[in-house]
Amino acid sequence: MIDVKNLSKSFGNHLVLDDISEHIYPGEKVVVIGPSGSGKSTFLRCLNLMEIPTAGTITFDGAQITDPKVNIDLMRRKMGMVFQHFNLFPNMTIRKNITLAPVRTKLMSKEEANDVATQLLRRVGLEEKADAYPSQLSGGQKQRIAIVRALAMNPKLMLFDEPTSALDPEMVGEVLAVMKELASEGMTMVVVTHEMGFAREVGNRVLFMDEGKIVEQAAPDILFNNPQHPRLQEFLSKVL
Amino acid sequence: MAETYALWKSMMLNGEHITFWQSFFVKFYQAFIEKDRWSQYLEGVGTTLMVTAMALAIGVVLGVIVAIIRTAHDQRRPGSGSFISRFVLGIANFICKVYVTIIRGTPMMVQMLIMGLVIFKSSRDFTTIGALTLGINSGAYVAEIIRGGLMSLDPGQAEASRSLGLNYIDTMWFVVIPQAFKAILPSLGNEFIILLKDTSLITVIGGKELLHAAQGIYTRTYEQMLPLIGIAVIYLILVMVFSWLQGILERRLRQSDRR
Ligand SMILES: Nc1ncnc2c1ncn2[C@@H]1O[C@H](COP(=O)(O)OP(=O)(O)OP(=O)(O)O)[C@@H](O)[C@H]1O
Ligand SMILES: [Mg+2]
Repeated sequence: MIDVKNLSKSFGNHLVLDDISEHIYPGEKVVVIGPSGSGKSTFLRCLNLMEIPTAGTITFDGAQITDPKVNIDLMRRKMGMVFQHFNLFPNMTIRKNITLAPVRTKLMSKEEANDVATQLLRRVGLEEKADAYPSQLSGGQKQRIAIVRALAMNPKLMLFDEPTSALDPEMVGEVLAVMKELASEGMTMVVVTHEMGFAREVGNRVLFMDEGKIVEQAAPDILFNNPQHPRLQEFLSKVL
Repeated sequence: MAETYALWKSMMLNGEHITFWQSFFVKFYQAFIEKDRWSQYLEGVGTTLMVTAMALAIGVVLGVIVAIIRTAHDQRRPGSGSFISRFVLGIANFICKVYVTIIRGTPMMVQMLIMGLVIFKSSRDFTTIGALTLGINSGAYVAEIIRGGLMSLDPGQAEASRSLGLNYIDTMWFVVIPQAFKAILPSLGNEFIILLKDTSLITVIGGKELLHAAQGIYTRTYEQMLPLIGIAVIYLILVMVFSWLQGILERRLRQSDRR
């Protein structure tokens, strides 16, 4: 699905990602954990070229997207991204938030997009919010809408950057429930999160990042029960 | 009415005693009605509005261009783009900075005199030169207003839009500009009001707007109070009408904030 080779990224002379190579298979749920500043977000944002890698190649769905000649807008249509702070468009209704991209990119007609929006909203139980504005919703509702907005483009891959970190604790569950459902439907997912319960339950593979490198990775029960690297042991002792 | 005016005026000139209201009537008649002077004010209002509109158009076009160059330069990723494009953008940005610095650093009146008496010394179209000067002046302020609006916007908004596969133009058009416009509308309205009042400055180079009309009248009647108060009231009414329209627009744009 997505293949990363020798990916490096620096901001100025600050090396944030250090020669990462990784492969993500179709249907896989990869969870990325690690201390703050270790480069998790930067790694995720390189996958859809929100950040331009300093070195290395990324191949997605058969196309080498790091090639400057590739139209990145076309590639991004197949990858959804969910942000920590939702980033819904406050100047549009929920329905418009969801239908804008499918309609403007000519993926769907306006009517089709409206139908898709209604279906997706029903799925996350927010059908009656279609004509509301984002400012009228709670954090948990906003994040569910943000997920729906990304799904409306029929992506093959979903990227999540700490989707529950900005939420009040009582709203975390409703967002994780949507993500679990999505996982069970076979969506390929890369999730940066501090929710270790989610990582255990949903993840096929957990990557532990530290100082710009993936220092350890394994299936969740192995990684959590039998961590090898001292940095991972230290990290887990703090978060578990 | 004209006879009453003639009678009371001759009484006034002969030094006969007349009441305050009688003398007020005489002055009022002189300032606004005699020789159809009201039409001169009306023409002045027309010129004032036209100059404001021209200056606004020039100001907004210049302001948008300068703001785009300045933000493109400041938000450019370090090390991206070819050498040539970086060089051109650098030069353009430098020119914009010089422009904004000079305009904001010198008095409007001085700019007006330089344009009218130095740069366009031989031209007699004072009103157009005045509008041009006001537009160039306003452009610098509008540019800073727009730039502030674009910079105040959460970068996550544009990112979310691009992550959905929307291109740069759609992102600007549907996501960035509507939000930035709403944010800067109060400052833009303020700039417009300043512009409307600053049109009075074009009289110093011979532009024929509202203040010019009042001046032309009181140099004939030797009675300054009523023409000046009169145009003050007219400016005030224009500004109030505009503020009211702006309020309506802002309320409509605030729709999405309701909870
Ligand atoms: N646009 C940027 N410009 C400069 N430095 C940046 C930029 N984005 C990230 N960094 C730096 O890169 C490093 C890694 O950041 P990143 O956001 O990827 O970490 P993270 O693992 O996601 O951390 P967190 O858990 O706090 O979100 C940090 O030191 C950060 O300061
Ligand atoms: Mg992060």
